[in-house]
Amino acid sequence: MDIVSNQQRNRIHPHKFIMWVSIGSIVMMFAGLTSAFIVKSNQTNWIPVTIPKVFWLSTAVIIISSLTIQLALRSFKQREMNRYRILIGVTLLLGVAFVVMQWLGFGDLWSQKITFKGSGAGQFLYVIFGLHAIHVTGGIVALVVMFGKAFFGNMKLYSSIPVEVAAIYWHFVDLLWIYLLLFFIVIGGR
Amino acid sequence: MSEAMNIHSGLATAHAAHHDGHHGHHKQSFVSKYIFSQDHKTIAKQFLITGIVWAIIGGLFSVLFRLQLGYPDQSFPILETFFGNWAKGGQIQPEFYYALITMHGTVLVFFVLTAGLSGTFANFLIPLQIGARDMAAPFLNMLSYWFFFLASVVMISSLFISTGPASGGWTVYPPLSALGQASSGSKLGMDLWIVSMALFVVSSLLGGLNYITTILNQRTKGMSMTRLPLTVWALFFTAVLGVLSFPVLLSGLILLLFDRNLGTSFYLSDIVVNGEILPNEGGSAILFQHLFWFLGHPEVYIILLPAMGMVSEILSVNSRKPIFGYMAMLGSLFAITILAFLVWAHHMFVTGLNPFLGSIFVLLTLLIAVPSAIKVFNWLTTLWRGNIRFVPSTLFAIGFVSLFISGGLTGIFLGNSTIDIHLHDTMFVVAHFHIVMGVASFFGMFAGVYHWFPKMFGRYMNSTLGYIHFWVTMIGSYLIFWPMHYQGLAGIPRRYLDKRGWVSFNDFPELDKMITIVSIIVFAVQLMFVFNYIYSIFKGRKVTTQNPWGANTLEWTTPIRPGHGNWDGEIPEVHRWAYDYAKDGREFIPQTEPIGENESKH
Repeated sequence: MDIVSNQQRNRIHPHKFIMWVSIGSIVMMFAGLTSAFIVKSNQTNWIPVTIPKVFWLSTAVIIISSLTIQLALRSFKQREMNRYRILIGVTLLLGVAFVVMQWLGFGDLWSQKITFKGSGAGQFLYVIFGLHAIHVTGGIVALVVMFGKAFFGNMKLYSSIPVEVAAIYWHFVDLLWIYLLLFFIVIGGR
Repeated sequence: MSEAMNIHSGLATAHAAHHDGHHGHHKQSFVSKYIFSQDHKTIAKQFLITGIVWAIIGGLFSVLFRLQLGYPDQSFPILETFFGNWAKGGQIQPEFYYALITMHGTVLVFFVLTAGLSGTFANFLIPLQIGARDMAAPFLNMLSYWFFFLASVVMISSLFISTGPASGGWTVYPPLSALGQASSGSKLGMDLWIVSMALFVVSSLLGGLNYITTILNQRTKGMSMTRLPLTVWALFFTAVLGVLSFPVLLSGLILLLFDRNLGTSFYLSDIVVNGEILPNEGGSAILFQHLFWFLGHPEVYIILLPAMGMVSEILSVNSRKPIFGYMAMLGSLFAITILAFLVWAHHMFVTGLNPFLGSIFVLLTLLIAVPSAIKVFNWLTTLWRGNIRFVPSTLFAIGFVSLFISGGLTGIFLGNSTIDIHLHDTMFVVAHFHIVMGVASFFGMFAGVYHWFPKMFGRYMNSTLGYIHFWVTMIGSYLIFWPMHYQGLAGIPRRYLDKRGWVSFNDFPELDKMITIVSIIVFAVQLMFVFNYIYSIFKGRKVTTQNPWGANTLEWTTPIRPGHGNWDGEIPEVHRWAYDYAKDGREFIPQTEPIGENESKH
């Protein structure tokens, strides 16, 4: 009997667990889209696409933002609230910068006459990268809430769980982006 | 003393405070208690009642198109009164007919048997049966219902627009669903369908996340995974299926939305509509079918597994015997869950699928017969020599087993790619999936409602009406769907509005009339069930004992009408599995009772 109850006490926090399961769910969504991409790329009339340069910059930005949110989490756990506020603000700005750069990248492609007409790599890129950007935007909304709470909320409970959950999600969209970019370079850029 | 409370110390402290606040004296406004409630029991009732409303709408649609199928030559002026141009001269128009069958499928599959079934019973039973005060994230749980409500509002509104709701079948295959000029139902109605389904997917994901997390993290002390009632296991696998397959449907629908509104050609290629040559090139309609059926097949089990779980529980309780082969039940649930993801292409045998690939899908499909047969065997052996109480819930549970066997056997026909060449898109398919998935799951749902109604509302449903409900529905279901197998074998296609134009299809006009009449009777009896349900909420016989069925599971250790937080004092500790019936000369031993010194092992 003791073993059972011990296990229960050491369990992962439910909210973190929810985040992990929802990550699994989001992975399935992008798995669906990228497998559709693979199937289509083997057919005739497939039009490959060259990744605009700005996406490399946005990659750097989102990787740095992953770093800053991890530092923010550390400062939160050390009760360094001032540093936490700055770092969460920086992460927020980097997140916004990432979405803006994605938009610029889309504009770049659009000016190369890669529009919604057709069904090549370009059209998949708009859908897949666009959905990823929406997921990043969701993270930005969460960061805005946390940023507001850090400044105006009167914190009585120093529970790091919300920050940890946000950090897990942020690292996830970062990793997802790197996967998607590599995917497009390896399979779509022929 | 405080052990039981400490178990939940992993839960945010904020939550513990929240729950304590709900004990006894806490006052709640009407809105927070009945409308925007975060109590899993209230959310369950909201899902159930919304599901019932949807079931009436979806069922009524089937009565309407059955009228057309049974009496294609007659006119019903009353239809014109209600539906105007959709039933000009009292005859159901083709656009109306296709809208009806599409909405019947969509509503019953998603809004009733997914949200209404697993939404109700996962919400209601998971916290009560595992010993938790509420879901892991009650707020997300509330959002789950309200997203479902929004999805319902959007879907309902699509019924009232001038071009009508989506009408390309519930599978919304492109190119028909992708091109507004192809049919009137493919115009605004289709966009609303996609928006509604996207909201629905969000709803079922929020619910599914909660169910999985709650089952894995919030169990009370002593409730190891192998002591969980089979209901909870079934709801767990249901949630896993939903969380992994619904996002793929969403991917498919997003691409469809792009094709419809932004001019992409993911699914479109070389199409001529009404003499107009479309510019779309390079797309593949088969791609949509892959994405759709990757959800679509697991969806069948999302519908069926909760019914299986509840039937296992109810059969064991009411035959006063332990469930036969608990671990085999678990193993077969697990096997079904895995196989559910590996058989989607059996819906696509005649799309030009590579025959070699097809043969692999045939093998995987037929493999499902193994866990299904194990489950049927275990249900029958649970009943075998039991001290059976034939209350309405038992009858519906037994009815479920009967329907699952009949419908499962015809699945073996359809799962063979060669036989499917003859049977695909015939009434045989309609008969098969209605019996095995539609009616069977409805029986599981009815069994669950009759069984847990006392826990939901503190009153019983009327048994006499329950018996009438069961026998008419049971006999009616077989009368409706059994003949359809013969029609299908004779080659009669599904989805045809009027078969009189083809001599070879016009062999069964009297049979079609009979099916229509029985459908109307069965539909009327379902309305009687709804009456019984609503009447019993207010006027039913009151429950006077805590454990009216003499069941072992934890929900019967709560007060007769539990408040938010479920148990007044501490959450009870669990010492045994849920199926100690007829053991050591005792009729039942609740899970909360410690193992006695001289107790025999089960």
